[in-house]
Amino acid sequence: MRDRGWIAVGLLMFLGVVMVPAWYNLAAGRTAKGPSLKLSTTEKECVAPISYMKTSHMKLLAEWRDLAVRSNQRTYSAQRGRTFAISLTGTCLRQCHTDKAEFCDRCHAYSGVQGPYCWDCHVDPKTAFAAARPIDARSGGQDWR
Amino acid sequence: MAGFVIDRAGEPDCQALVVDARKCLRKEGCDLCIKACRRSHNIPEISDPGHEIKWIWKESFQAAFVSEQSEHANAMFRDQPFVVLCNHCERPPCVRVCPTKATWRREDGIVMMDWHRCIGCRYCIAACPYGSRSFNWIDPRPHVKHLTSEFPTRSKGVVEKCTFCAERLVQGKSPACVAACEANALLFGDLEDPSSPVREALRSGYAIRRKAELGTMPEVYYVV
Repeated sequence: MRDRGWIAVGLLMFLGVVMVPAWYNLAAGRTAKGPSLKLSTTEKECVAPISYMKTSHMKLLAEWRDLAVRSNQRTYSAQRGRTFAISLTGTCLRQCHTDKAEFCDRCHAYSGVQGPYCWDCHVDPKTAFAAARPIDARSGGQDWR
Repeated sequence: MAGFVIDRAGEPDCQALVVDARKCLRKEGCDLCIKACRRSHNIPEISDPGHEIKWIWKESFQAAFVSEQSEHANAMFRDQPFVVLCNHCERPPCVRVCPTKATWRREDGIVMMDWHRCIGCRYCIAACPYGSRSFNWIDPRPHVKHLTSEFPTRSKGVVEKCTFCAERLVQGKSPACVAACEANALLFGDLEDPSSPVREALRSGYAIRRKAELGTMPEVYYVV
């Protein structure tokens, strides 16, 4: 065991290299806390309980889509007797979560959610023409859905 | 969650449009209806005619009314363009062939479009005898001159057409083209209601429809 020293040094170096991602995040100050969202300043209550929205907002949006387009029902009776107009841009964005970039995109970017292509068509009211990004570049050439 | 009840009492049964050709296009080059439609719906302006998108446009009489040709027609029918759009047929061939029911006929008579469901197969374009439908061959966003967030754009790969401004009707407004017409040449209403503006217009003169012999039962009438 005359190489004990060398082995120990080698092991430490190996551990150091393997844990580079952890050092990287430590240096950047990243924690497991998750993104900070800018909440609505005008509306205190969401269209549905927050716990439901956290898990299933995409289900609600799909329901809204079918209600508005296929059934022509454009008002939604939410919790506690409030009604909202069924509109992604008009209600979700303009009325409540005014900043898509600081609300929707924060979590989506953090979790690497590629899915929502709602914005290919629905217009973010904050950005006028800047919202026009070519579909091809985003989806890497597969532009047929 | 929430619920809703579909109650059709008091709802229109057959929405239709009447173009009073005696009043339409009296003013040379008028395109207020086309501009209003374009602005309300983020319709792109694409110079390549193979890629153009149009919901309402002008067509010569010969092209629009193929079955009503006459060698000795008067100037109105020879020279004047007619404003044409989706006819929202009572028996729409496009609805018949759509594999996903991305287009369907609503109970109020409007042939509606669901761009979430359209897969871009273009069967509807092949089926429509009037050329009312346009396909998005390219991403339309860069070509939208006045982007409004009041209405979505469409994406590349879907077919689009006039929807009689369903989003405006639900707010009690009339379609954008009808509201924009300064000559009062466009009238919109329920054909089943004898007191509606469309029935009044149809009583006021003789009206023709595009390719009526095909049996699609178009609901856009032209009082000539």
